[in-house]
Amino acid sequence: MAEERRQKQCSVSLPTESMKAMAESVGVGQLQEESCVALSEEVSYRIKEIAQDALKFMHHGKRRKLTTSDIDNALKLKNVEPLYGFQSQEFIPFRFASGGGRELHFYEEKEVDLGDIINTPLPRVPLDVSLKAHWLSIEGVQPSIPENPPPASKEQQKAESTEPLKVVKPGQEEKCPVQGKGQNTPTPDNKGKEKGLIRLKPRSTHELSVEQQLYYKEITEACVGSCEAKRAEALQSIATDPGLYQMLPRFSTFISEGVRVNVVQNNLALLIYLMRMVKALMDNPTLYLEKYLHELIPAVVTCIVSKQLCLRPDVDNHWALRDFAARLMAQSCKTFSTTTNNIQSRITKTLTKSLLDDKTQWTTRYGSIAGLAELGPDVIKTLILPRLAVEGARIKAVMEGPVVSNIDKIGAEHVQSLLLKHCASVIAKIRPQPDLVEQYRTDYGYLGTMLCSHVMKARTQAALQAQQVNRTTLTITQPRSTLSVSQSGLSGSSGPRTPSIIKVPSSLALMSPRPGTPSQPSPPATKYIVMGTSSGAASTQQVITLSSSQSASPVTSTVPSATSTLQPLVKLEPGSGPGLTASRPLQKYIVVSLPSSASSLETKTSVLPTSISSTPVDGVKMERSDSPAASTQSPH
Amino acid sequence: MAAVQGGMVDAKDETDIKKEPTSDGFGNNHANDARVLTASPGSSAAAGNNKPAAGAPEEQQTLLAVLQFLRKNKLSESAEILRREAGLPEEVLNPKGSDSTGSGQGGSTEVDGEDASSLLSRVTLPTPGGAKAPSKAGEDQPDVNVVLSAYSQQGDPTLYEVYYSGLKKFIESVLDCHRAELSQVFYPLFVHMYLELVYNNHESEAKAFFEKFSGDQECYYEEDLRILSSLTKKEHMRGNETLLDFRTSKFVLRISRDSYQLLKRHLQERQNNQIWNIIQEHLYIDIFDGMLRSKSQIDAMSGSLAGEAKREANKAKVYYGLLKEPEIELPLDDEDEEADNEEGKPKKKKPKKDSTGSKSKKQDPNAPSQTRIPLPELKDSDKLDKIMYLKESTKRVRLGPDNLPSICFYTFLNAYQGLTAVDMTDDSSLIAGGFADSTVRVWSVTPKKLRKVKTAADLNLIDKESDDVLERIMDDKTASESKCLHGHSGPVYGISFSPDRNYVLSSSEDGTVRLWSLLTFTCLVGYKGHNYPVWDTQFSPYGYYFVSGGHDRVARLWATDHHQPLRIFAGHLADVTCTRFHPNANYVATGSSDRTIRLWDVLTGNCVRIFTGHKGPIHALAFSPNGKFLASGATDGRVLLWDIGHGLMVGELKGHTDTIYSLRFSRDGEILASGSMDNTVRLWDAMKAFDDLETDDFTAATGHIHLQDNSQELLLGTYMTKSTPVIHLHFTRRNLLLAAGAYNP
Repeated sequence: MAEERRQKQCSVSLPTESMKAMAESVGVGQLQEESCVALSEEVSYRIKEIAQDALKFMHHGKRRKLTTSDIDNALKLKNVEPLYGFQSQEFIPFRFASGGGRELHFYEEKEVDLGDIINTPLPRVPLDVSLKAHWLSIEGVQPSIPENPPPASKEQQKAESTEPLKVVKPGQEEKCPVQGKGQNTPTPDNKGKEKGLIRLKPRSTHELSVEQQLYYKEITEACVGSCEAKRAEALQSIATDPGLYQMLPRFSTFISEGVRVNVVQNNLALLIYLMRMVKALMDNPTLYLEKYLHELIPAVVTCIVSKQLCLRPDVDNHWALRDFAARLMAQSCKTFSTTTNNIQSRITKTLTKSLLDDKTQWTTRYGSIAGLAELGPDVIKTLILPRLAVEGARIKAVMEGPVVSNIDKIGAEHVQSLLLKHCASVIAKIRPQPDLVEQYRTDYGYLGTMLCSHVMKARTQAALQAQQVNRTTLTITQPRSTLSVSQSGLSGSSGPRTPSIIKVPSSLALMSPRPGTPSQPSPPATKYIVMGTSSGAASTQQVITLSSSQSASPVTSTVPSATSTLQPLVKLEPGSGPGLTASRPLQKYIVVSLPSSASSLETKTSVLPTSISSTPVDGVKMERSDSPAASTQSPH
Repeated sequence: MAAVQGGMVDAKDETDIKKEPTSDGFGNNHANDARVLTASPGSSAAAGNNKPAAGAPEEQQTLLAVLQFLRKNKLSESAEILRREAGLPEEVLNPKGSDSTGSGQGGSTEVDGEDASSLLSRVTLPTPGGAKAPSKAGEDQPDVNVVLSAYSQQGDPTLYEVYYSGLKKFIESVLDCHRAELSQVFYPLFVHMYLELVYNNHESEAKAFFEKFSGDQECYYEEDLRILSSLTKKEHMRGNETLLDFRTSKFVLRISRDSYQLLKRHLQERQNNQIWNIIQEHLYIDIFDGMLRSKSQIDAMSGSLAGEAKREANKAKVYYGLLKEPEIELPLDDEDEEADNEEGKPKKKKPKKDSTGSKSKKQDPNAPSQTRIPLPELKDSDKLDKIMYLKESTKRVRLGPDNLPSICFYTFLNAYQGLTAVDMTDDSSLIAGGFADSTVRVWSVTPKKLRKVKTAADLNLIDKESDDVLERIMDDKTASESKCLHGHSGPVYGISFSPDRNYVLSSSEDGTVRLWSLLTFTCLVGYKGHNYPVWDTQFSPYGYYFVSGGHDRVARLWATDHHQPLRIFAGHLADVTCTRFHPNANYVATGSSDRTIRLWDVLTGNCVRIFTGHKGPIHALAFSPNGKFLASGATDGRVLLWDIGHGLMVGELKGHTDTIYSLRFSRDGEILASGSMDNTVRLWDAMKAFDDLETDDFTAATGHIHLQDNSQELLLGTYMTKSTPVIHLHFTRRNLLLAAGAYNP
């Protein structure tokens, strides 16, 4: 592998096309091919030289990230005037564009109205450097305080739960079943033993520190309390804090017990809160939940299929809870299902069983259908579609038959709309085009008519959206499947739906749904803007409106709920954007190249806002430190 | 003592220092000078003149250069004598004379060139292939030219691969025991052959050669290979420092006599002059008798830019012992209040005997004489501090594998990735940080706040006779926990407190070292000398002197009251990245990007030790408190331990995964702490590491050590921080470990 890399090193040099592009940008029209080659070799060599020196500055600056100032310093070493105006705290996002047979990476310069800058209130002054002391270790043992990292990383947690033997040093293997399982069995006799054992202690500590106990109390109270703001904060803390590992068993028990009690008491609100806690736990990238699924999954399933979840089933919207829990279920199936635990197949089996049972109540029926439907189109296709006729008949019996209880009727209605919602898109995909009502009726029975209209609606919507996307993002060579996924995301976005639950590929599922973190910009959204820019005729004006307020543009406003899904879709676009005329990207390109006299002014204006806007972000980051884990940044 | 400067360091010389191939022998430098003076425009002259360098031993070239110099200065008589003594033909001298300005005398220089080549034919092997005169015009770096022109000899470019792979085949086929030793030849040969190809404009061949064989090189040369790979044109070679290093310093290899004979025989049988020439010219083969070295032994020592250290380089005697602590009589009257408080008079006397008494009784045979380096006189305040030190050391925790130190971590918050250097005072009362925004900040970590001295007008009002005058001169209005020092114009890369806590030094990208007063919090002196970034600086343990090292590849020794350096330690082939004083202040250790550590004698300015073995730039150095050992950490994440007296590597501590920025021994030397970019502090059992070492006479004599891979046993603890790289470590006088770094979310 090293060899490969080395060979790459040897051959890397700037393509001659960029020489041409740069020449054009400074007004040299026809550059000889030979001169291009010579130039590119020379320039590549010099760039490498400077990069090497810049690296030196990075090392001495004790950083891992090369900054623009390192480059400046390296240039200074060579007695070259540094590049002014490229000061940036964060990395400079280079964008990629192609067109006219050329590919370009450019630095998007936003045009900014100076008036806006003048009129906006001054950003907060970044906090001053301060010094804070804490104990990293006390006589060889690292105390578990918020300033120290969580004692066990996710991998470690996993290793501990899956391969308990490896955690413990050899020679102590007799002990490991007790220790490694991490079942909080205190081993008081290990204290006087070997050194290594003592060092292992923190991993299997049973007691929570006072701070942790306080934290646990606060968090659980906030989660099930009445103050919504507090709850949001608590959930955010659960979803992001890295140090919760030791409290995980408590949380897990809290949730499972909570569900058990509240289902009996039909306390819908509390059940919802508990499910939100489950979601937050799942969102936390540092937690290894596998060990606690045996407690969490039954709780979630309960919330999906329980006969009664609320006191007044005719009024309360327990359906939303079922939907939400079903989505959680699907998410955990995606993340945790393995060939050994077979979560998905076991869940599917359970749900199918209750679906097939004639005596199942409407509520449970709804839950099992929802649970199955969330597992994906394939499950719908194989398990729900064949049942459509039967279910249709059953619904018909309630709707058109003799008057039964109102509750049953509501239940039947919900099941009907649920079936229609989920099945339509699937049918639209698998059935050939002509949607004949008759055909549908014979195939699907009572629901056929409505299905037909839904399918047709789905089709037109898909087409419409494709068109719309088309218009905004130039030509899209877009696989049919991605389109329909995004569409379903749109149509299903009625409830309190978080788009990421299902749509994001499972590998990303843990990382992506953290909208609150400032460090997570939404690149897809901006991507859209760029495309809009380059396609439009009066592009400059569009840049301003689009970049200043994203929601103002019709393009972005239609998409936001599905943005995270569309990421792969977006990636396809630039490759096939013929709309990039030769002149546009060139103008962009100037920014990347050394600031020529003509563009230096432009550059400065464009840099100004970025530096300003970056400071408040930092400030926010500093402030957001109420959770104990993040409080290292707070300067108390 | 302070009298070395003078003409040596005037401004012009200083700028030259970087350019000059510093480590070269006297002769080569002279040759360079001669070239500078007679820089001739004729291309053939350049080539011809330097022919001897290509094929002949260097003395010949030196002779020629000296002759030219003499002639140029109209010292024809001496020139004639010299010529006769050297036995050179007469024509060497004759055609010169007119060639003084070096402008436009094409004819004469050409003759000169011919002479040179005739000389060449007498003293060298005939070079294979026609010597093509490379064309160069408008040289502005003649010394570079001299360096490069050595490559002008060439064979058929297509044969290079054949030669190299022939040698490779041979080495692969020799006995196992020889293979490891002979494999060392690969890398330098590869580099030089590649450079020759590039120099002679065989770009595509060079590329093919590189691609074919670069994969065979040891992985620790990757950095250099990367630089090399970017170098594909002759024009690039000019001004490329790495390249100069390859050329100006002979790559040192240690090969046993048997293996060397084997190689020699092979090359002579095969008439493989190309390779033989390179070995003769560019490599220094240190032949030793005795046991062959194993692969691991070789790997442990190689990795530096210029091969291993020659054995002679580490033979000089180093006085690594500690200086006798000055006897401090307990000034009882001064101490009365404190003594009363603690009822500690008898107590205090005892520890004093324990710690200083034992040392002072007999002079350590390895210690330098007390006056070898003139040290500043102890002031009263210093004595007080010493007493404090002794008192504290009685309360010192005895550390060991079963008794690990507590670590207190000082986190710099909101530093926005700008923290570049940290230092703490010996008594752990102050912390200073250097920042990328050119500022230096000083914090007090004790309740005692930082105060400035009052203004001159206010000072006049003070009663100078009063007992607490030192207290009275401070201005309470200025009390604050931290102070910011402005003055540098670039990131501050090095920082160091003076032992008496009155000053702090900072070195910066702007090429200066600044001395700041901690009484007035102003800059007192800016020491200019390094014209390039100064990477590190440190006060001597006795104050007054300090050392700095930077991008200009030299380390300088300064005294605070001189604006020019007292010593210039030149020899490193790349940036001096870190500098440390030996506890006895008689030596300075420097680590460099050339992946070597050098120990310099402050008195003579000589390099007395060269340690090779690191595979990356060295960023941390630490002397053990007894002065016997040195620990070094580099970007390769390894800590190496060195025995200074024997000049040997005695240990390797593996575990870190990123650059080590900080190393520190505990006060009694039992524990070595290392802090790294990988956000960990690790503790190592230093006692065990040094105890285990076997120093029989043989190892000491040959420098061949067997390193056991016992890092895991020596590692006592690993402490992760929360995304905070550890850039400074400090043991308090009571052996509490302080660490510092900037939170880097």
